[in-house]
Amino acid sequence: MKKFDKNKVILGIAAPLLAIVAAMAITSIIIAATGKDPFHAYEVMIDFGSKADSQVWIINKATPYYLSALAVAIGFRMNLFNIGVDGQYRIAAFFAAAVGGALTLPGIIQIPVIIIVAMLVGALWSGIAGLLKTTRGVSEVISTIMLNAIGASVIAYFLKDGRLAVKEGNLVHTPYLPDSAHFFEIPTTPKPIYGFVIIAVLAGFAYWFVLGRTRFGFDLRTVGQSESAAHASGVSVKRMVITAMLLSGAMAGLVGMPTLLGVSYNYGTDFPAGIGFTGIAIALLGRNHPIGMVAGALLWGFLDRTGTQLEFEGYAQEIVGVIQGVIVLCVVIAYELVRRYGLKMQQRKVGEELAAQARKSEKAEVSA
Amino acid sequence: MKGPLVRRVSTIAVAGISTAALAFTLTACGESSTESGGGSGQGVGLAFDVGGRDDHSFNESAARGLDKAEKELGIKSKMMTAKNGETEAEREQRLSSLADKGYNPVIGVGFNYAKSIEKVAKEFPKTNFAIVDSVVPGANVDSITFGEHEGSYLAGVAAALKSKTGKVGFIGGMDNELIKKFQAGFEQGAKETNSKVEVTSEYLGSTDKGFNDPAAAKDKAKGMLDRGIDVIYTAAGLSGNGSIEAVAGQKDAWAIGVDSDQYQQPGLEKYKDHILTSVVKNVDVAVFDMIKSVKDGKPLTGTHPYLLKDNGVSLATSGGFIDDIKAKIEEAKKNIVDGKVKVNSTVK
Repeated sequence: MKKFDKNKVILGIAAPLLAIVAAMAITSIIIAATGKDPFHAYEVMIDFGSKADSQVWIINKATPYYLSALAVAIGFRMNLFNIGVDGQYRIAAFFAAAVGGALTLPGIIQIPVIIIVAMLVGALWSGIAGLLKTTRGVSEVISTIMLNAIGASVIAYFLKDGRLAVKEGNLVHTPYLPDSAHFFEIPTTPKPIYGFVIIAVLAGFAYWFVLGRTRFGFDLRTVGQSESAAHASGVSVKRMVITAMLLSGAMAGLVGMPTLLGVSYNYGTDFPAGIGFTGIAIALLGRNHPIGMVAGALLWGFLDRTGTQLEFEGYAQEIVGVIQGVIVLCVVIAYELVRRYGLKMQQRKVGEELAAQARKSEKAEVSA
Repeated sequence: MKGPLVRRVSTIAVAGISTAALAFTLTACGESSTESGGGSGQGVGLAFDVGGRDDHSFNESAARGLDKAEKELGIKSKMMTAKNGETEAEREQRLSSLADKGYNPVIGVGFNYAKSIEKVAKEFPKTNFAIVDSVVPGANVDSITFGEHEGSYLAGVAAALKSKTGKVGFIGGMDNELIKKFQAGFEQGAKETNSKVEVTSEYLGSTDKGFNDPAAAKDKAKGMLDRGIDVIYTAAGLSGNGSIEAVAGQKDAWAIGVDSDQYQQPGLEKYKDHILTSVVKNVDVAVFDMIKSVKDGKPLTGTHPYLLKDNGVSLATSGGFIDDIKAKIEEAKKNIVDGKVKVNSTVK
């Protein structure tokens, strides 16, 4: 479609706009119901969130969120609901940390080895779900969520003193990575940005390119839209399911890397959990679009950052969680509403055109 | 989740919001939130572990110390709470915000804050920090630890004497060094009182979620009750409420609480007739000491263990359920204080 479609643009802007306005309205009501001033809350958030150190914090926080959203989105694009990103990134980061802690190689080899191990383990873990789906017809929703629990148990088993971990006070973690495995940082003031953000950008670009600009991506999206149509045009649906799950898992393997290579340098009992689920929310919010998800991830980081500040001002800490939930709900609902409205408009337009045509031909017949 | 999530969306619109968002985050470059803050003498900054102030247990004990300081020393305060599955960045932010706003001392309640206190204490050398349940290096850090194993030993004595089935249980919130201290003391106390007593020890998990998961503790306790265990000691912060609830559902079963005197907790009032005793960890005493020392201009630093002899841990007597065995408990306590009995702090 080369022609600039005004209606489509208006509808496209309407959805997120509607969602944001609705989310803000609902949140305001909730804050007001707790007896606080909602507008002051927004003021605090914007003021605090726009500070230089907040910006750095938000970008650092958004990096794993974005990678997680990408992992989820790969599945979404072909109608696979990979809930297992959470387990995949954790088990991937755990084994990558164990391997990285055991090796001392020059950084140029060490870092890629760690990243590749993480991607392979992530892919392996999601691949199980893919295999179960294609061979035994097990829904990936069920299998991936089960694999989350299994993954957590596997980690708990190995994360013990004398197995793959060491003790440090009350924390148990894998041995520290050698200095050569520390990822570079982008020197910004007052605190640096983790260099892994560059990998995240590259991953986003790869996502856009592979899914949007290659035959493979076309096949994948076709399967997502209609399995039978894809099958009829010669695409092996089973193979696509497995490939998509593997890719999704490999991407999930990257999620823990900014933390592992940039902050903690080990996988311990305090390794962040739950990023996989945040990724689902962000993928929904960003509509699986590589840039939309950037916005979503940054928004999430912004809310995380400013939530603590809200607590300072006497607002309940849970407000931020409520805002995040409301935004996702509003986005989903708004897109559906706008889609239906658009569909109706289209039908009416087509109907009118058909009617006009019919009138025309009738006239022609009469005059003949 | 029906229908295509894969719908193609208007690229322009999404790009539009993201540009807006980016532009938004990039404004006001240069100014840092810690530069614009300031002021001092705000009072005490207290950062709770997961579960929050009203966990009827560990955090609440710390909060009592703060309440006392507010009343007696006329100090203002700010309390903040951790979320489940937090990252280091969030903990650091919480502590540095408190320090930056001029709160002094800043107290991290729980070992989860160990790493972040160490880091933030370096960034704010003029602020005094305290950490509960961990030892952290730093010239301006007070590390507060407790003799949990000693208090738990007494709980083991009480459990062994009160159990009718001869089976007692221990539920830990998180499988780590700190909670192992509780387990070790409890097992030793029970065994040394009655060598025939069978002690079962189980954990809710290996992450801090175990301190904030009453449902899981309830299930664990039910399982123990089904196996004939009739005294259950739970060291799991807020989760303990679930285990106490399960125990209260069975006649003749006893729960042993932890950290605070759980018999006295209004939130647990319904079940109090089943709360045999509690291993009270006097976090409040330690927190108060720290606050007072800062106020007096002589801030505590270094490691401060609060043991049984320092009254850092004790066995609660409210309810009067252990009055009949009081003599034996006092004897055990004396033995520990005098050094006749040495309580293990690690599980054998």
